[in-house]
Amino acid sequence: MSAFLELRGAGKVYGGGLMERARNIALEPVSLAFDASRPAITAVVGESGSGKTTLARVLLGLARASQGQVLYQGQDVAQLKRAARRDFRRDVQAVFQDPYGVYNPFYRVDHVLTVPARNFAIAPNAAQRGERIAQALRAVGLRPEEILGRYPHQLSGGQRQRIMVARALLLRPRLIVADEPVSMVDASLRATILASLRRLTDEFGIAILYITHDLATAYQVSDNILVMYRANVVEAGAVEPIVRAPRHPYTRLLISAIPRVSTTRDWSTGETAPPRAMVNTHADTGCRFADRCPAAMDICRRETPTLRLLADRRAVACHLDADAPPLPEGNLAPVLA
Amino acid sequence: MFRYLRRNPSLSFGATLLLLLLAFVVIGNFLVDTEDARPLSVAAVQPPSWQYPLGTDRQGRDLFAVMVAGTPLTLRIGFIAGFLGVGIGAVLAFIAAYYRGWVDAVIRGIADIGLTVPGLLVLIIIAVSVKGSLTVDQMAIVVASLAWLNPTRTIRAQVLTLRERGYVEMARLSGMSGPAIILFELMPNLLPYLAATLVNAVSSAILASIGLEVLGLGPLEAPTLGMTLYWVNYNAAILNGWWWWWLAPIVIIVIVFLGLFFLTVGLDEVANPRLRQQA
Amino acid sequence: MNAPAHAAILRVSRLGVAFDHPLGLVRAVDDVSFSLAPGERFGLAGESGSGKSTMALAILRMIRPPGRIDAGDVFLDGAPLSRLDEEGMRALRLAAIALVPQGSMNSLNPVARIGRQIEDAYADHGLKLTRAESAARIGALLQTVGLPEQVARMYPHELSGGMKQRACIAIAICLSPKVIIADEPTSALDVVVQRQVMETLGRVQQQLGAAIILVGHDLGLMAQFVDRLGIMYAGRLVEVAPIARIITAPRHPYTRALIAALPSLEQRGTLQGIPGLAPLLRDLPPGCAFHPRCPLATERCRAERPAVREMGDGESVACHLA
Repeated sequence: MSAFLELRGAGKVYGGGLMERARNIALEPVSLAFDASRPAITAVVGESGSGKTTLARVLLGLARASQGQVLYQGQDVAQLKRAARRDFRRDVQAVFQDPYGVYNPFYRVDHVLTVPARNFAIAPNAAQRGERIAQALRAVGLRPEEILGRYPHQLSGGQRQRIMVARALLLRPRLIVADEPVSMVDASLRATILASLRRLTDEFGIAILYITHDLATAYQVSDNILVMYRANVVEAGAVEPIVRAPRHPYTRLLISAIPRVSTTRDWSTGETAPPRAMVNTHADTGCRFADRCPAAMDICRRETPTLRLLADRRAVACHLDADAPPLPEGNLAPVLA
Repeated sequence: MFRYLRRNPSLSFGATLLLLLLAFVVIGNFLVDTEDARPLSVAAVQPPSWQYPLGTDRQGRDLFAVMVAGTPLTLRIGFIAGFLGVGIGAVLAFIAAYYRGWVDAVIRGIADIGLTVPGLLVLIIIAVSVKGSLTVDQMAIVVASLAWLNPTRTIRAQVLTLRERGYVEMARLSGMSGPAIILFELMPNLLPYLAATLVNAVSSAILASIGLEVLGLGPLEAPTLGMTLYWVNYNAAILNGWWWWWLAPIVIIVIVFLGLFFLTVGLDEVANPRLRQQA
Repeated sequence: MNAPAHAAILRVSRLGVAFDHPLGLVRAVDDVSFSLAPGERFGLAGESGSGKSTMALAILRMIRPPGRIDAGDVFLDGAPLSRLDEEGMRALRLAAIALVPQGSMNSLNPVARIGRQIEDAYADHGLKLTRAESAARIGALLQTVGLPEQVARMYPHELSGGMKQRACIAIAICLSPKVIIADEPTSALDVVVQRQVMETLGRVQQQLGAAIILVGHDLGLMAQFVDRLGIMYAGRLVEVAPIARIITAPRHPYTRALIAALPSLEQRGTLQGIPGLAPLLRDLPPGCAFHPRCPLATERCRAERPAVREMGDGESVACHLA
């Protein structure tokens, strides 16, 4: 397996020190791998507090895993030497949610493109660098002459976000972590930006981790999906079977709660459960979804379900599937092919 | 730019006052011989007249010459001390705020302890311990020794907020090193704030130096504004009715502080766009 | 015009809001008219820059300089609001027309308990109650929005996003208003909590018999919640129709494009957007503001601004081709 980026039981806990806020498990140990030979778009779907953003930050090296390892080319990311660290930064790039805060208002937008272009030496001289930048902008549907030389406040949110995608493309990374890239962009522009992400995978072979709370766009643009709830991965696999026939009760709840544009008003309430707790602690026993689950059994409150492998290349963490074989080593890589 | 100056009256007013003062000094240099600022140059205790526009003092100094020579000296102390203070403070602040951890704890600890000690007291002790009399530049260093404390704290607070901005994270992901991020990403956004802090620091430094001088701890030979007031006190000029002696330095001091104050207010507005007047 | 005029609880008539920008006058709301029947659910949909939030503020006459209402009027139960002075308007706000503003859950006073904040709201309108009466009233309000009674003694940071939003709804309904305007009430919430909050809002509205204006950009949400929908583009109301009609047979090309841009859960690879960008309000194209992006644009569209045409029965459209 030629995985260039791997998570082995990587988890993250915040707080818990002597004078700090309460200990919160932001991410339970998770194992997955990204294989450069089979780039795909994997969606990570969940509500706020599910751990999806923590997963992104751990993958990007912006947060250090509290347990387990994050391996780049087989080496622990926390211990990379300078040259390897530079390669890591080049291979794993990001597009963030906020198209405003990522721009330093002091500089023109060229700055976000020229700085990484120079730092990662994508071209031997300035002229070629400029050409590569222009190419990247065109690849996301922008016209370089309309964009370069402008200040961030002179461009729209959609344009700024597309520049960020162009920036990611410029460096030809192997993985782009896109954290809610279109949630702050108008509906009419979302398709364009997501389409350019899709092209990055199809034409340039770049794997994409698309983090969102919007299951509908996740369905449209991704190949695989990871559903997260309160720091756990509860369901994972190919996107079509999971959205068509969700197994985990939380996934079912999520899909039923999406308001559809149709003349039938079937948006029934479904759930009157108490609001969920806001922190995840080691003291939580059993499945964290049990208090809201319509199918909760006794065992659900006592034992935490482990990931199990189902027939249609999907993994589920639910006691309803207790007779399915456990996922080997809890590694999600096989279901995210 | 001039359009902005019209919309920012404080900045314009402050700048105008300081420019007037500058003009006074420059033109004054052509009108009078600054050697006359030394004692025993001219007749003593003369009220203002055509020959001596601001009168003379008891030791035979032409007060006009004293003002022309002394104003830049006082300002120089303030500027040197202010720049040094903000320079050191800014460097420490950036390091503390960007790297956090124990570096931050140490710098912050020292600044906090330093701020609780009465500044004037420390300055007096330092000034008294120096053998002989201070020169103007030594004066500046003495004041600067404490001038960095407050800027360190305030600039650190500003950097802490900027540090969380998305573009800082983006810079990290773009392979920029810590010092590069501080210099190229954080610093440019703080320039207006730094300018305002600088003017503030200059103001405080001038005040501190005048304070020390009035107490007699300044450079005794220099005709600075504070020293002039010291001699005013020493010679009981008020009781003796030599009003021209204390009026001139006080008026100039007031102009200096008003100018710096309005400049600060004006720069504050530049640094914080929300304070701007509606067009 | 829309619902039969004598029954309308709120009628907006040719309302215009302009902003004085150094680079020229910016028209944020342009000639907007619609009316609201008592108990009706009306949606106001549009993207950023369409003017929908400005519209909501304009109804409450809360536009601040450099913006001002420079055309038209709003009638509450037949009475024109332009005739009221600031005092009169203040008495109306919350008591007759309530607003749940955008991002309100983050604007709750962090150092005051929820119960106190509700109390402040109605005390400000001169309602003085004894301790016992107040507690009872607050308890009843919280129950109406589905919150347990002890929330009254909690601080905002102790509540989840959905609970905070429901607390804001409680504040908005504390004086039983006739009209509730909710501006993007669920934009920061995930779908499950969104459904709960909208269900609460709907139930509350029915109990009070109040009309509601839901301002937002999520057409799916509109489809499941409102009775009639108005679509705004570049400050104008380009289409108004019952929600079923908007979904099945939209008249305006922009409405059609918006619906087509919604990601479907039925078939993958069908995501499409609307080419081009929304125009800057201070730099509108001549003729119809949508023509640069419209697949059906004709010469007339490029030259002449389409007037709003009443189609009868509460429907209207502003397009040369409809």
